[in-house]
Amino acid sequence: MAIADVQEYTHLTDEEVEQLGRELDELRAQVEESRSDHDAAYIYTMIKIQRRLAAAGRATMVASAWNRRTRVPGTILGGTMLGLAKILENMEIGHNVMHGQWDWMNDPEVHSSNWEWDTAQPAEQWKHSHNYVHHQFTNVLGYDNDIGYGILRMAREQKWNPFNLGQPVYNAMLAALFQWGVALHDLDIEAIRKMEKDPKVMKKQLKQIWRKGRRQAAKDYLFFPLLSGPAFATTAAGNAYANVMRNLWAYVIIFCGHFPDGALHFTEEEVENESRAEWYLRQMLGSANFEGGPLLHIMSGNLGYQIEHHLYPDLPSNRYAEISVRVKELCAKYELPYTIGPLHKQYGQALRTIMKLSLPNRFTESNRSYDREVVEQEVPRGRKTDAQLGSRRLETGSYSARATA
Amino acid sequence: MALMDRVTSRLPKDKLWEGVRFAGRQLTTPLLPDDYLAMLNPRWTAREVRGEIVEVKPETDDAATVVIRPGWGWSFDHAPGQYIGIGIQVEGKFHWRSYSLSSAPERSGRTVSITVRAMPEGFLSDHLVNGVPPGTIIRLGLPSGDFVLPDPPPAKLLFLVGGSGITPVMAMLRTMDRRGTMPDVVLSYSSTTHDRMIFREEIEELAAKNDGLTLHPRATDDDGMLELDKHLDDLCGDWREREVWACGPGPMLDATEEFWQQAGLEDRLHLERFSLNLTGDGGEGGTITFQNSGKTAEVDGATTVLEAGEEAGIGMPYGCRTGICHTCTVTMIDGTVRDLRNGDEFDQPNENIQTCVTVPVGDCTLNI
Repeated sequence: MAIADVQEYTHLTDEEVEQLGRELDELRAQVEESRSDHDAAYIYTMIKIQRRLAAAGRATMVASAWNRRTRVPGTILGGTMLGLAKILENMEIGHNVMHGQWDWMNDPEVHSSNWEWDTAQPAEQWKHSHNYVHHQFTNVLGYDNDIGYGILRMAREQKWNPFNLGQPVYNAMLAALFQWGVALHDLDIEAIRKMEKDPKVMKKQLKQIWRKGRRQAAKDYLFFPLLSGPAFATTAAGNAYANVMRNLWAYVIIFCGHFPDGALHFTEEEVENESRAEWYLRQMLGSANFEGGPLLHIMSGNLGYQIEHHLYPDLPSNRYAEISVRVKELCAKYELPYTIGPLHKQYGQALRTIMKLSLPNRFTESNRSYDREVVEQEVPRGRKTDAQLGSRRLETGSYSARATA
Repeated sequence: MALMDRVTSRLPKDKLWEGVRFAGRQLTTPLLPDDYLAMLNPRWTAREVRGEIVEVKPETDDAATVVIRPGWGWSFDHAPGQYIGIGIQVEGKFHWRSYSLSSAPERSGRTVSITVRAMPEGFLSDHLVNGVPPGTIIRLGLPSGDFVLPDPPPAKLLFLVGGSGITPVMAMLRTMDRRGTMPDVVLSYSSTTHDRMIFREEIEELAAKNDGLTLHPRATDDDGMLELDKHLDDLCGDWREREVWACGPGPMLDATEEFWQQAGLEDRLHLERFSLNLTGDGGEGGTITFQNSGKTAEVDGATTVLEAGEEAGIGMPYGCRTGICHTCTVTMIDGTVRDLRNGDEFDQPNENIQTCVTVPVGDCTLNI
């Protein structure tokens, strides 16, 4: 069974699927060739705005802390600025730089190989759990650990366990403490619990998380509050507010990527012998977009163009808007679904799934907008190791860094 | 104020600076204080050495001297004859080249200069000579190279120069002139025409001022190429007694090398070539794993790690591609690679390797 057998696109012949793949390749090539000054200017401007916003937010908090009258409004204002800066850093800058979207500039300071972002998770572990595992095995049950992050049951095929009854609570905790949840994601706590984790890898990862987490926490809850002198606690609270603001926002955006009702899940068998064109298909059908203006898209790292991002994870994010026009045309041409809706609707669907799937399947009805039977054999909890995952990344891209002159 | 004075007077200076840097890092993590300082002035960062182009002075019709004001992290005491790496962003993309410094080293200096001839196919050299506006911020690779003038210079020197090969030699001449240590120097300088000779007037002035310096200009369009076996004895009868520095086009350097080898005097010859000669033993080859994407590449012992990565579609960082600028450096998580230039092997976990000049010896994993 191949991915092209999935009901949603059985109307396509093999030749049509390959033709779609060629058209998507062509689109990629066009964008690659046209990357130039204005793209570079975009990311440099984002970085400049973000750093100024962060510096201004922190300066506002520290400066206002010394006066009783300015303390609270200053902390709210500064905390909001800092929160926005953290959102911008994590979403539009960090996530996208680490995807290699800006590697073509050959700028060693804005490069996936050495970018470290302003959140608790070490970049190296993020690049493994996200760039490698999630983007390669997107929405494949038992392979993609982002289907519920090992905490939530997000697909009806995932085996129910009494533990899942607490999902509404875990979900709220995950939202508030999102950066720490993400920080522990690549660790695979399940494997540690089962004593299956390679102790050497675990030690290395824990050390990285501890060092990064300690530095992040010390910055926000020790050093900057110290600068505020008597208002230590106020500034610490302002920083906590900024972190929670970023956590909630990042959580909402990320839950809109693959959990709305229109995003398909796939089985192990469906991705066997998958061709590059089929890989594209899986990315399109497993992802969901949301609508919004330019500002909303920037603040969400252009992940409202989740479909485009999954087709071309390493093309510059400022190009996703124009790419989406072409992808929509292709979806219309090949009569494929293009899942999109307003942000509140997409998140609402994800939240409904979290609630429903805390119960065994027999108590709830599926809301999926596609018609597929729940696979009889249930997917057990737990993850596969890299060796078991193997390599399936077919969007090799045509990025060429060769010197041209 | 008094308190600060008391604190600072107790601490040794470097300790204090270290403390300031430490505090700065805690406040700016995961970035560095430099990342914020560079917003105030782009040269105020030592993370990647930067420079600002101050001036582009035309030298001949197709050559210009580019005056650069380096930022933090630069040391002005380069040896005369060394080259630097220059990274310029054109259409969003950094391109790296190496150019000899034409300015003499000055410890108290504020600027350095390179002199560039716009080559017909040379997209970056043309941009430097004809297109780059003052104020442009560029990246710099620190001075390196062993085509250098010893201090003090030998008593008798011969320079064999072709075309824009004059630039490192000019740095040497200026240094000897400034230090007042100009020994017995013969300079054979070939160029297609007299007008295309970069620095001709300045060299003539130096020759007038320094008795030791003799200039033999040669316009090869009229006089033909300098042929060592025919012309050298007339040009410089005691060439066998001289320490020789030669810089110019590849064929000229090949001929020079052969000539001095036949004379059994190759120890006296110093050459500057701007192309990499990777003659070292290749590795055994192996599988390179690129950790972030999980992609792999099977390579033989002659393919560099950089080429393998590019072949696999990885956005490898790269610079000069000749092992000079270190832009291509990537962390190797495990495995062994060999440096093609000298056969050195690198096998420490989490070691930084220069991908453009190394080949795998067995399997290795890179953090990219």
